[in-house]
Amino acid sequence: MSKRTIVPFGPQHPVLPEPIHLDLVLEDEKVVEAIPSIGFVHRGLEKLVEKKEFTEYVYVAERICGICSFMHGMGYCQAVENIMGIKIPERAEYLRTLWAELSRIHSHLLWLGLLADAFGFESLFMHCWKLREQILDVFESTTGGRVIFSVCKIGGVRKDIDQDTLKGIVAVIDKMQKELKELTDVFIEDYSVKHRLVGVGVLTKQEAHEVGAVGPMMRASGINQDMRKLGYAAYKYLDFEPVVENDGDCYARTLVRIREIYQSMDLIRQCAAKMPEGEIEEKFKGMPSGERFERLEQPRGEVIYYVKANGTKFLDRVRVRTPTFTNVPALLKILQGCDLADVPMMVLTIDPCISCTER
Amino acid sequence: MSFLKKSPWIIHYDGTSCNGCDIEVLACLTPLYDVERFGVVNTGNPKHADILLITGSVNEQNKDVVWQIFNQMPNPKVVVAVGICATSGGIFAECYNVMGGVDKIIPVDVYVPGCAARPESIIDGVVKAVEILEEKRAAMTKKRKMAKVRRVSGPVSLSNMF
Ligand code: SF4
Repeated sequence: MSKRTIVPFGPQHPVLPEPIHLDLVLEDEKVVEAIPSIGFVHRGLEKLVEKKEFTEYVYVAERICGICSFMHGMGYCQAVENIMGIKIPERAEYLRTLWAELSRIHSHLLWLGLLADAFGFESLFMHCWKLREQILDVFESTTGGRVIFSVCKIGGVRKDIDQDTLKGIVAVIDKMQKELKELTDVFIEDYSVKHRLVGVGVLTKQEAHEVGAVGPMMRASGINQDMRKLGYAAYKYLDFEPVVENDGDCYARTLVRIREIYQSMDLIRQCAAKMPEGEIEEKFKGMPSGERFERLEQPRGEVIYYVKANGTKFLDRVRVRTPTFTNVPALLKILQGCDLADVPMMVLTIDPCISCTER
Repeated sequence: MSFLKKSPWIIHYDGTSCNGCDIEVLACLTPLYDVERFGVVNTGNPKHADILLITGSVNEQNKDVVWQIFNQMPNPKVVVAVGICATSGGIFAECYNVMGGVDKIIPVDVYVPGCAARPESIIDGVVKAVEILEEKRAAMTKKRKMAKVRRVSGPVSLSNMF
């Protein structure tokens, strides 16, 4: 047996946008084990429910993660609304879906860029991020914020989008789709990109099931599961099928995310076409009492919100189980036996979001 | 060393941020804002860096990391706290695991407010930081010159004695 070496990776590392620490146990160039240590971003914001009123906590929930910020706010609002029995207007449901799908596009593009950076294709990274700015512009013109919007509130949404702006959004999406095609072709067909991705970090269907992978990680291994199919918000009115790939390697995970971008674009068009007129928020009185589990599909996978209310304006407990947290065991699984040079890419293909993992 | 003025190298560390400010820092480097055309380069190595950009506040676990990065940077160096989290803890100030702004651990020169801080204001902060970097550099050079003068004209030195 060759000698074992331990290489510390992180928390401050050039390829990592966020702090996570891994101790990589190596035998020559092969990783035999990866031991994570976390806690660098832990803030303890679940406990803030005892200090902020339940209506204010939406702002905190949005700041669990700045990338899927809208969906965190939405998940929390849905949980509280379901406890209180509030039925939000249909238009609000559509608006939420629209912003959620835009967030998914922005998140996936961001991820594609970081992946390109991880395998050393700098100009591709720049192109992805350039494209992503168009989505951020849409966010800015409809909500006022680029990454944190605070448009979701309990009972509906804060801002409406008028018909012309909706048309504008669809136009932006149409234009983007063409540019995106050029970009994704590179990921799908380029020889050197494929060389880095195909057959690397395979997670089989069985393994994905055992370690409890979620989101694109799981769908790339052939498991057909998408929380949007539960029909929350306006997804019940829309027509789509979960994106599934069967190979379970880095390439499959990239494909799933690429196809999901196109799917989101389609969903946005459907939203814009079907959106009914009407109110955007439902007034409510009283305090929540009871508990509720809420499941949502975020760009990174399934998130679970647990909210327990006691009839006062301060909630008893909020617990968030975020997708990256569930995907860490899957990451450790694929890291075993990989080359040291592939580690940054492996870490990236689970689309890690450390700040929501540690909250 | 006057070329320092034109192309500061930055290092970015993410404290307990929510990623919001983080991705805005990255957005500064990408084509729409593209600070690299001004010679601002993002480096991963503290020993190459002039400016430390910190997003998010500090907690028990990462305070040593922040301190280490700061200590490894060569003088002169400037610290920019990006976002309200890095300034004071912001919305998380009351959390049990948040110690508050970055200035609890290391001296901060420029504060960029905002939640999330916009790329424009981050770039503004970096421009301010470059000015401060210049001042610090000038002060250092002056001090070095003074020290040299003192050494030459000092009353007792070995070469004077023999
Ligand atoms: S200032 Fe706001 S956007 Fe920036 S890291 Fe803190 S909570 Fe996130």
